[in-house]
Amino acid sequence: MIDAELASKAVRLALDSGASDAECTLSEGEEFSASVRMRSLETLKDAGSRGAGLRVLLGRQVGSSYTSDLSSEGLRKLVDSALEIAAISTEDPHAGLPDPSELGSLAGDLQLYSDDVSRVDTQQRIDQALEAEDAALSADPRITNSEGASFDAYNGARAFANSRGFVGSYRMSSCSLSATPVARQGESMERDYWYSYARSYAKLESPASIGRRAAERALRRLGSRKVPTQKVPVIFDQLTARSLLSNIFEAVDGESIYRKASFLAGKLGERIASENVTIIDDSTIPGLFGTSPFDDEGVPTRRTVVIDRGVLSSYLLNTYTARKLGLRTTGNAARGITGNASVGHGNLFLQKGERSPQEIIRGIGKGLYVTELIGSGVNTVTGDYSRGAAGLWIENGELAYPVSEITIASTLQQMLMDIASIGSDL
Amino acid sequence: MALSDSFFGQKFGITEHDLQSYLDEALSAGGDYADLYFEYLATSSLSIDESIVKSAVQGVSLGVGVRVIAGERTGYAYSDDLSPDKIRRASRVAACIAKGPAKVDKTGFEEANKRDLYPILQAPNETSLTERVELVKRADRAARAYDSRVFQVQASYADSLRQVLVANSDGVLSFDRQPMARMGVGVLARQGDGTPQRGYSGGGGRVALDFFLNEKTPEYFAHEAARQAIVQLDAVPAPAGEMTVVLGPGWPGILLHEAVGHGLEADFNRKKVSAFSDRIGQQVASPLCTVIDDGTIRNRRGSLNVDDEGAPTQKNVLIEKGVLRGYLFDKLSSRLLHAGATGNGRRESYQHIPMPRMTNTFMLAGESDPDEIVRSTPRGLYCANFGGGQVDITSGNFVFSASESYLIEDGHITRPVRGATLIGNGPEALKYVSMVGNDLKLDEGVGICGKEGQSVPVGVGIPTIKVDRMTVGGTSG
Repeated sequence: MIDAELASKAVRLALDSGASDAECTLSEGEEFSASVRMRSLETLKDAGSRGAGLRVLLGRQVGSSYTSDLSSEGLRKLVDSALEIAAISTEDPHAGLPDPSELGSLAGDLQLYSDDVSRVDTQQRIDQALEAEDAALSADPRITNSEGASFDAYNGARAFANSRGFVGSYRMSSCSLSATPVARQGESMERDYWYSYARSYAKLESPASIGRRAAERALRRLGSRKVPTQKVPVIFDQLTARSLLSNIFEAVDGESIYRKASFLAGKLGERIASENVTIIDDSTIPGLFGTSPFDDEGVPTRRTVVIDRGVLSSYLLNTYTARKLGLRTTGNAARGITGNASVGHGNLFLQKGERSPQEIIRGIGKGLYVTELIGSGVNTVTGDYSRGAAGLWIENGELAYPVSEITIASTLQQMLMDIASIGSDL
Repeated sequence: MALSDSFFGQKFGITEHDLQSYLDEALSAGGDYADLYFEYLATSSLSIDESIVKSAVQGVSLGVGVRVIAGERTGYAYSDDLSPDKIRRASRVAACIAKGPAKVDKTGFEEANKRDLYPILQAPNETSLTERVELVKRADRAARAYDSRVFQVQASYADSLRQVLVANSDGVLSFDRQPMARMGVGVLARQGDGTPQRGYSGGGGRVALDFFLNEKTPEYFAHEAARQAIVQLDAVPAPAGEMTVVLGPGWPGILLHEAVGHGLEADFNRKKVSAFSDRIGQQVASPLCTVIDDGTIRNRRGSLNVDDEGAPTQKNVLIEKGVLRGYLFDKLSSRLLHAGATGNGRRESYQHIPMPRMTNTFMLAGESDPDEIVRSTPRGLYCANFGGGQVDITSGNFVFSASESYLIEDGHITRPVRGATLIGNGPEALKYVSMVGNDLKLDEGVGICGKEGQSVPVGVGIPTIKVDRMTVGGTSG
């Protein structure tokens, strides 16, 4: 596994070369992918790479650099490059590393790594993909074609050190299985997919179930109609509701807040959503993908209630955006190796309600059940919302027929206030 | 150029003998074809926010990807270390895909024919940082000076220089040096305590720094971004329903990219999962439409001397007078479909397997006067600029979001509208094109296309066109 000492070494080198503060992120990963199509193996990919990212401060000036060369010479160049570029940036009174009192790491096993992922051999991985695709192809005679199925696995590690004394590292594993069948009936051709991903192989959904659900999703889109323009209640399924959460994240991201580039800027403490809406960002739940012991600035992660029964209770912040707003970091610093420090979310979720999706559908006379959203028509500055959609039309409390080539439009402000019920299927 | 004079020969001492031995290793378990893609990428980016140059990043990544093709199968591995033992190891991993004797005759290497579409002596990232940082400072000043209602400006400048070497078991060797630079300006404007509105403008290409000093200056992009934000201050909600849509010239060409381009990529058609599968020779657009994908336009963002599989790029006719003529091929698809190369095999980096991708996709100019196109429209929507778009290639349904559009009332462009999404179906949408303007314009050079997790730079272009029927999604019934 990657050596956190290498990150400390880069930090020391930066300080010795004139930086007043420095932090270094190391990342290492091995990726594997097996994809099959029409019951035979199509692609095998197996490789690994490493990288280092460095951020230095010259007083209040910041510069960043990255490299894939972790040799001594590579680190030397990494440091020189960051210092060179820091020299041309402007002094920024809010720039700087977190206060030492804010640094730290969650204790205990967060279950981010499971060795069962690497114990599954190549043939087993291929077989899993074959089985998932077969389940989809066998589900119905109208499943006539397939874009394939794939099994992906990843093992990696991350290390971080800064000049305020923080050193930490953690390992991660993940695997996923997906299937994308194509259904055909007359002139109508539709594809859809289903997948499962987990940090442990033992937690993956079975290939048979993934294939069957993917087939069901493709089949139910066949013979879709357009519907005339109208105002109706809309239900977002699990997948599309998730995209609404990423819109909310964009709007509470500290960067959009301090720039006043969000419809939620300045609304802390105000009622912005229906009373049944509680949204939480929690990076401390063991075994999940949004979990980590510390954020990308070395601050321990935590549970932050973003919307509390309809009231905006917190933004999501890193050190810089917190200082700009006169607040404390929420442990949401994020950065890739090659990019800038920014804000990211952990496990961001809408707290579940009490009614099953079926009950919610039964309560609607006429409406739309959305299963797919496409396009980029969400403006989180103004809240304007207009996206391409496909789904199922609800008539008299039942899913009646598929609809596609439609758009749904409103504003996020209105949509949040109008959330009437939340499913129990979190 | 001899390999010994090339970037990888000079900097890493790679010889033809090395390349041959890696390819031999890759084909050691059998297979029909193998290739190596060496990449060295240096990037830098600068951005200004609140008039402070807050972030500046530079860095380098390098590696080699090894691919083996055996029938319809592909084996792929890469290494971020160019030492011979690491490359051999990657070759052996990629080789695992094949079983049986290799069907490759050794030939030795010959350099591919190559164009010289971006003969830039000094790439932007080889100039001084101070000169580049001045670009974002100028953009910031210009956007703020444009109108007092502008209250936030973010300007960014990013460049890269990519050195590539491709060697394959057909004996083809090719080198390329691929510069790229791009500027972008984002602006927020507000009237009193009203809702802020945003505007964005950007551009660039495979150009030298001069481009931003002489041709498209920071002030040009700044004014355009500020203008768009100011226009939005008076915007009314978008109409909803089916109506006539007039697309302005340039970036609205993204319609072709989404509605047609993706559906014509040969991988989807080989698998028969595209709405355009088996439709060559059929009428898929109005006879006024001729759509081209051309990777050979000088200095354009989507252009390449050779594609990422070492094949020279070309000008390819996709739709001719409304009739579907051809698909876009990568190596694998052209081998399996026995079709000639079109120079469209592209990948994001050495860590990625090539796929058929677009380069610069545009519609040829027609004969109509753009003003006449608007005058002939009693009621409709005029779209001047778009945000992003997306397509489901199987059903053919696509959407894209207009970032600057106006109502057309009685043949005149009137009020600006906000948040309009256009939706249509690929093989159907262009059948309703009833007028094509004489004003073909290519976009400014900001396009990024995503497919299966890989991003590549692309260009689009279109003259003013009139589409008689298209669904617009807005909030105003």
